[in-house]
Formats: sequence, structure tokens, C-alpha cells
Amino acid sequence: MKHEIVEKNLGLMIVLIILTISGGFLAEVVPLFFSKDTNEPVEGLEPLSALELEGRDIYIREGCHVCHTQQIRPFRAETERYGHYSVAGEFVYDRPFLWGSKRTGPDLARVGGRYSDAWQRQHLYDPRSVVPESNMPAFPWLFENRVNHADTAAKMTTLQTLGVPYSDEQIAEASAEVKGKFEIEALVAYLQQLGTVISEKR
Amino acid sequence: MSTFWSIWVSVIVLGTIFGCWWLLLATRKSQTTDTETDRTTGHSFDGIEELDNPLPKWWFYLFIATCVFSLGYLALYPGLGNFKGLLGWTSYNQWEAEVQQAEARYGELYAKFGDTPVVELAENEDAMKMGQRLFANNCAVCHGSAGRGSLGFPNLTDDDWLYGGDPDTILTTLHQGRNGNMPAKGMMPNMTSDQVDQVVNYVLSFSDRANDPEAAEAGKEVFAQACSACHGSDGKGNQAMGAPNLTDDTWLYGSTYGWIKETVMNGRQNQMPAQGERLSDDQIQILAAYVYSLSN
Repeated sequence: MKHEIVEKNLGLMIVLIILTISGGFLAEVVPLFFSKDTNEPVEGLEPLSALELEGRDIYIREGCHVCHTQQIRPFRAETERYGHYSVAGEFVYDRPFLWGSKRTGPDLARVGGRYSDAWQRQHLYDPRSVVPESNMPAFPWLFENRVNHADTAAKMTTLQTLGVPYSDEQIAEASAEVKGKFEIEALVAYLQQLGTVISEKR
Repeated sequence: MSTFWSIWVSVIVLGTIFGCWWLLLATRKSQTTDTETDRTTGHSFDGIEELDNPLPKWWFYLFIATCVFSLGYLALYPGLGNFKGLLGWTSYNQWEAEVQQAEARYGELYAKFGDTPVVELAENEDAMKMGQRLFANNCAVCHGSAGRGSLGFPNLTDDDWLYGGDPDTILTTLHQGRNGNMPAKGMMPNMTSDQVDQVVNYVLSFSDRANDPEAAEAGKEVFAQACSACHGSDGKGNQAMGAPNLTDDTWLYGSTYGWIKETVMNGRQNQMPAQGERLSDDQIQILAAYVYSLSN
């Protein structure tokens, strides 16, 4: 075969390049769109409540996912520290997922129920008051700002369109549920449910 | 994975490997010489010309070797759709083997102490070293590395216990966790601000803290109605409900007028998370003994 043929036919070259680079995507990613393991929720998984959903958005806004992962890998050292390894079915309602890629702080995939609400509040207000060696920033404004309830229902409707099984009643009550709540309450509610669907002794 | 996707994956993966292989051979075959020469490809741009040399041999064979390697890999490990690979490897199996290995090694160490009564275990130096590590990993975040607690998190080194410090109660606390809940204004949701002031003064008088005697006297009645159901008529608390003793010097949330008023006005909610789901019974036994040893 002559290189010349490819090099002098731009259209052919484009087609061949697309074919080459899409091989990995077609083989490794596309089949997952149709796989039960990755599409079906694990047993007992519920969509986030309105308050938890707002908490999740605060988690994203404050950039928690930049320093905290939400994905426990199947290594003993990790399951020993964090609990059962994460499975795909736990994240089917996560849009976008918050797996993260860097652990400056610990993994949070199963932080739910691990500490008391009071500890979470104290820790977010002043991390070093409970963990002296911590280098996490403090988030005192979460205790002053109220949750913005104007868009809650719209967010849930969007998620419903994407396949998250919110009922119409849930969406109708969403705004009232979060109205007047402090941002810290939403964030703690979100944190306290993380990873609680699967629990197993270490 | 369904048969369709299994075939889909296999065809693309094998097609890519053999495609690379074919490309390497085909381009090499079309080369007019298989050694380095001074011949150019013939096109020249702005005086820049391109030598028409084949890939160096070591490089060419390295490419072939990667193709051979990937075929060997696909034969041994799962990669071709539903084909499990000759080694039968899965990440789950590997994790389970690691866990079993660790359990065989460490489980024995924990099991050695699992049946020993807490009081006896607290005397055992080895067990207490293990207990200290378990405490540091699981409890110190709230109770502090020395177990002295902090505002809102009980001190475990003193003799004051919310739910009781006997071995069985400590074990129950560890296994099941605790939910402390003091409702705002106790049993008197319509407490007026004067009454709040009175009852706070009365609570201060229990431990002879500075208070307004007149208000304290008036607070007696408010206390009886709003607080005594849990804290007892004498304010000595009730361990069955986790209601703290208000007459001593141990305060979970501060003992000044302001702090007590805050507590009365808004109530307090606190949880000790259950550990029974996360730690083994043997580990909890050792941990209970360590907590017991902190104050005994």
C-alpha cells in the first residue's frame, strides 16, 4: 500500500483517522450504554430528595469534588478504610457524576452516617476545631446563606427527563421543601446519604 | 453482556490489532528498499526533502511485539466480550483474595480477644495497643485522639457518662450508636422568654453557678414542667434516656448563661454513629475495652 494514496486524499485520510480513534470508544464505552450493570440502579437506590439535590449543587459549587473523590476502588486498603467498593449501579441518577480524580482529602463515597450531623456542621464551619491537622478550607457562609429554592423544581424536572424517577408530586413539593433552609442543612443532608445504599462490614 | 455486544467488542478489538499488523506489513512491503539509503521520496517543499527510508528494524519488530503481547493478554485476561480469559481473573476475585489473606492474618489477632470480657481485656496491654489504633482510626475524629472530646462530643476519659460507662452499655453504644435529642424548650413548647430566663437561672443554681436567686426560684416550676421528665426533678439526669446530669461540672455544650439559654431555646440533637455495621464484633469488643480503660 502506498502512503501517498492516503496522504493525497484528504477525505480518505479523515475517514481513516476517525475510524482509528473511535475504536477504543466503540469497544470500551458504547457497549456500556446498553449494559444492565451500568444502567440499572442498585436495589434500594432512591433519587436525591429536593434538599439533598440542592446540597449536591452546593457540593459542586464549592468544588468539593476537586479534592474529594466519590469512588472506592476494589482494593483491600480502600475497602478497609472507606467501606464496600463502589459499583456502577449506585451512580445511575448522578448527572453529572462526581467521582473526582484527586484525593487531597479522603474519599466521600460512603461518608453518609459516618459522622453525626453536628460533627459535619462543626467541621464545615471550622475544620481545624475537630481535626487539628486538617488543611480543608472553612465554609462559614453556608451557615448564613439560604438555599435558592427558585430553580429546585426545574432541576428535578430536567433530571426526570433524563430518566431519574421523580414523581410529579415530589417536583411540586420541591420548592417548599427547601425554602428557608440554610445551605449547610442541604449540604449535610446530601453528605449523610452518600453511599448508604450498600453497607457491609469491613 | 449480550451476545451481540460480545461479538461487537471482539470484532473491534481483534480488528484493531490485526489492522495494525496488516498496516505495518503492508507499508513495509511497499517500500522499495529495506535498508537506509540517501534516496528521497521525491517531493520537495521550500528546499525541504524527505528521505524514503523504512522503519528501523528494531522499531518495526517492537510494533509487531506489541501486537503479539496484546493477543497473549487477550487470551489470558478478560477483554474479548464475554470471554473470561484463561486465567479466570476478575478485579472482584483479586479483591476477595486480598481480603481473605488479610482476614486470615489479622482476624486471628482480633478473634484472640473477642471472647474476653471487657474489664479483663482492659488490663491486657496488647489488646489495648490494638484498641488505641482502632480508636485513632474510627473514633478520634470526634472524641479527639486522647478521647477527651470537645464541644458537643463527650469526653470519654472522665467518670461522667450520658448513657452509662459499664461494659455492656459501652458495647451497646458502639454497636447501635446513640441518638441524643433534646427538644427546644423541653416539654413546654410555649415557654415564654421570661420563663426561659427563669429556668436557665434555676439550672445554673444546681451547680452553684452565679445566678439570680429570685429568677431561679421561679424557674423551679418551669423546670418541673419542661425538663424534669428527662433530667429528673433534681436535675441529676437519666442515663436510660441519655439525659445529662445538670448538677455536676461536666457540660457537653458549655455552662454559661448564654450557652444554657441557647440549649433551652433551640434544643440539641446529637448522634453517635452506629459502628456495628462497619466493624466486626471482635473489633468492637476491643474498642469497648479501650474506651472502658480510658476512665478506669
